[in-house]
Amino acid sequence: MIVVNELHKTYGETVALGKVSLTVKEGELFGLIGPDGAGKTSLMRILMSLLLPDGGTATMNGLDIVRDYKKVRLITGYMPGKFSLYPDLTVEENLQFFATVFGTTIQENYHLIKEIYQQIEPYKTRRAGKLSGGMKQKLALSCALIHKPEILILDEPTTGVDAVSRKEFWEMLKRLKAMGITILVSTPYMDEATICDRIALIQDGHLMSVETPLAMMQAFAEDLWAVRSKKIYHTSKLLGQLPSMISVNSFGQVLHLVTPKGKHTPQSIKEFLSLHDESELTVEPALATIEDVFILLMNNRKAKS
Amino acid sequence: MITKEPVITVKNMVKKFGHFVANDNLNFEVYKGEIFGFLGANGAGKTTAIRILCGLSTPTSGEMKVAGFDVFRQTEKIKQNIGYMSQKFSLYEDLTIYQNIRFYGGVYGMKVAERKARTTEMLDRLGLTDYENRKIGDLPLGWKQKLAFSIAILHQPKIVFLDEPTGGVDPITRRQFWNLIYEAVEKGITVFVTTHYMDEAEYCDRVSIMADGRIVALDTPEKLKEQYNASNMDEVFLKIAR
Repeated sequence: MIVVNELHKTYGETVALGKVSLTVKEGELFGLIGPDGAGKTSLMRILMSLLLPDGGTATMNGLDIVRDYKKVRLITGYMPGKFSLYPDLTVEENLQFFATVFGTTIQENYHLIKEIYQQIEPYKTRRAGKLSGGMKQKLALSCALIHKPEILILDEPTTGVDAVSRKEFWEMLKRLKAMGITILVSTPYMDEATICDRIALIQDGHLMSVETPLAMMQAFAEDLWAVRSKKIYHTSKLLGQLPSMISVNSFGQVLHLVTPKGKHTPQSIKEFLSLHDESELTVEPALATIEDVFILLMNNRKAKS
Repeated sequence: MITKEPVITVKNMVKKFGHFVANDNLNFEVYKGEIFGFLGANGAGKTTAIRILCGLSTPTSGEMKVAGFDVFRQTEKIKQNIGYMSQKFSLYEDLTIYQNIRFYGGVYGMKVAERKARTTEMLDRLGLTDYENRKIGDLPLGWKQKLAFSIAILHQPKIVFLDEPTGGVDPITRRQFWNLIYEAVEKGITVFVTTHYMDEAEYCDRVSIMADGRIVALDTPEKLKEQYNASNMDEVFLKIAR
């Protein structure tokens, strides 16, 4: 279990983390969702005792991250956002190194990494620096797991990784979770959020919402409409002028229009558009995605400040 | 306006590194004024192809023209006629907005008066006129990306290459960025873009998908979805690239 209590961190005038509180339950796959610069990495680096907080406390399985940092490191596996293995060592040597540092052997915990490591084992004599992006990612995860950690902290493991490899990576995380490992993982890809048990939406060092993905999508506070038209860019510009509209954004070939609860109907939206010679279109209620939720909360935060 | 006038023609493009074939006989055209999505899994050969089309790498064989210039013999001409932006390489963090613009204007050989006029127009459009003396390093990522794109097309290139331009930015900025792309297209610039966001693939006029050094699919998003019986591009990509 990870308990974060009012963690605070500033860099000069920039607030990286503004009194963030959060609990990740034992055995949970918890996602930290937000863009670059939101504070995801700062939070993870503080939890891994690579950075000291300016205020607040946190514990990992009961161990204080500042006072007991050496013990914390023994029970956690960490995969930083930037590839941080030894490029001059081979695949096998890297793994060997991390096992030795933690006083264990590859053989002892091989079952934990077997499924992941098998995919790169044919290249075990290749230098880590010469691996492709996907293979580096698998090696880094293997190294983070080789000492049988109770908690895994993964900083944007899928950034810059193609859609197929991303799906595979999340499948691996699900299997690790099934082994009882508590996982805190960050990502800027909002479509990955739904795989997590619970997620936190983070922006500008603040948690905007912490919930299960489903509850978050169902709790969408305003009306959301899917608008389809032949001239999507044009329609989007027109909808920007719809009275009391909150936002209009494209989601692939569909526009997502947000209006205040109860304010509009498909009819009233169509009527507005037909006033502007736009009639070849459909408007229907839509279910919010995590990205819709994120955009709405971001707009709300902007409106307040 | 999309025409059938090609600004990039690629015929039998092959690039080998030793025995490894990174680009295995690619054939396609990019039309003037279109948004051309260039997708593929990591290691499929996208970066290799982009480097060749930007005049940064010499292909092993084939017949390729970019903006009317030959990729073997006229790479300097190509570089003058294209813009390039990626998530990794964009602007100089230690220089101000103004200094970056001046630098790139100089690199592209723009005349001073022309550069100044376009700079004023661009900063005004982005709402950054009051910030021209801010260092790039002090700007939020979203601003940096928008600026980097605007500077990449400051010299009004025929084609702009965007290599994962929206990685890591928030969902609102990501969409604002695409509005900038549409504006550039309205000015007649052809856009060649790679992305890992499959919803963005739907914003392209045509999409090509690479796997193992070959182009395995190339069509409009609509037709690809039809052909692969998929409801969105994510499904198309998973069916093809897996």
